[in-house]
Amino acid sequence: MRTKIEVHDVAKAFPAKDGALGVIDGVSFSVADGETVVIVGPSGCGKTTLMAMVAGFVRPDRGRVLTDGVERVGPSPNGILISQQGSVFPWLTVRQNLMFGLNGHPGLDKAGLADHYAAIVGLKGFEAHYPHELSGGMLKRAELARALVVKPEILFMDEPFSALDALMNLRMRNELLRILGEERHTVLLITHDVEEAIHIADRVLVLSPRPARLQASFDVRIPHPRKLTSPEVQELRVAILRELGVDRGD
Amino acid sequence: MSRLERLLPSVAVLSALVGAWWLVVVATGSVIFPTPWQVVTGAVELVRDGTLFEHIGASLARVGIGFALAVVVALPLGLWMGWVRGAYVTFNPLFQILRPISPIAWIPIAILWFGVGNASPIFLIFISSVFPMVVQTTAGVHTIERRYLQAAQNFGVSRATLFRRVIIPAVLPQIIVGMRIGLGVAWLVVVAAEMIALRSGLGYLIIDSRNAGNRYDLVIAGMIIIGLIGLMLDGVMRLLESLKSVRWRYAHQN
Repeated sequence: MRTKIEVHDVAKAFPAKDGALGVIDGVSFSVADGETVVIVGPSGCGKTTLMAMVAGFVRPDRGRVLTDGVERVGPSPNGILISQQGSVFPWLTVRQNLMFGLNGHPGLDKAGLADHYAAIVGLKGFEAHYPHELSGGMLKRAELARALVVKPEILFMDEPFSALDALMNLRMRNELLRILGEERHTVLLITHDVEEAIHIADRVLVLSPRPARLQASFDVRIPHPRKLTSPEVQELRVAILRELGVDRGD
Repeated sequence: MSRLERLLPSVAVLSALVGAWWLVVVATGSVIFPTPWQVVTGAVELVRDGTLFEHIGASLARVGIGFALAVVVALPLGLWMGWVRGAYVTFNPLFQILRPISPIAWIPIAILWFGVGNASPIFLIFISSVFPMVVQTTAGVHTIERRYLQAAQNFGVSRATLFRRVIIPAVLPQIIVGMRIGLGVAWLVVVAAEMIALRSGLGYLIIDSRNAGNRYDLVIAGMIIIGLIGLMLDGVMRLLESLKSVRWRYAHQN
């Protein structure tokens, strides 16, 4: 399969009181077109910094990020970032939020497209609502739909469902998998939740503690829909947790 | 609590105050200080001969023009200072010095520059309301959360869209707060400005009533009317705060 994202030896350090504080130290990996890669790592290991570099918001100190073989020098609509805190504009309705990324495309039925994607994520009937009138899960759906509507080739997801309760988290994962089954996207998702990683990923990458390096890689060859209680999922979970320094998985 | 129950304590305090005022005036047998009833008849007299509405109209017109000018200047200036770092660094110290100067202190200069016509109070209103609005708008731009700007950047929208769809609506709640403060100060100042040398307006009414025969009933009627109109103006600005597109910012009031 064609390579969509190539990350070559990227490193990033932030200035600190006693010299520079290394956050990411030489991480390389690649993501194939249409592949879903999930990066797991301990809290505070620099996952968000890594994601910001891959998505183009932060320039690495060293190394390069290539998308379709071209160096990424900034964020672009072909890769939309969805973050934990969310960024649905509170001053726009759901429909206006979804139409936001379509500005500058004259002749497009923006409202029609927006409503179509609102329906896809299950927000039919809420198009005219403002974000403060929605629940946390609905906000996530709106954010996902706003990204999907511009048909990005890549979805960058930084702990997208971590702020949700366990039930809503599971529901949104299933929703994401359903949407990915309908519309092809390359997905790079980072999380601290190993179960979430196994549930979604084609491949799981494990980061080490700070300064973060790539520590291990696991192919997840379990067909969808995945049963999270199955022995193979549990086995993989234990193996990944061991890499993260947790010996007993349960 | 029903609306009535909520209003009850404040109505009680007001009634008690008016009652005490009445009692004290009657008990001391004051010949100058009017009873509440004399104030009411005085106000009715002003309504009958039509001068009250002339004065109100004159004051509101001055506030309207001065405040509108201030909005037209303050909003672009505030947005610019909020967005362009160099503009902020250059102009903010100047505004921080000008802002604490009471608008009343500008009266001699206003008379020197604009004479004693309508232009003076309009200038004073402009001066008094422009600074709070600039400061609020600038602060509004500075407090836009990064994640929203980042999202806009991610979708690669044009500068025009960024301004129309992100910056302006994100700052709008702060702009409205600034306008509320600005209009409140403007209303304070117009009355003071009209006391100087004009032939109309509520400020003139108060000073003229005192000078022309110690009509303290009309002085107090004028004061109460000023208070009520100020309350009304604030109510209008509060209506803006209930717009759905700015409610997110005042969520705690829901």
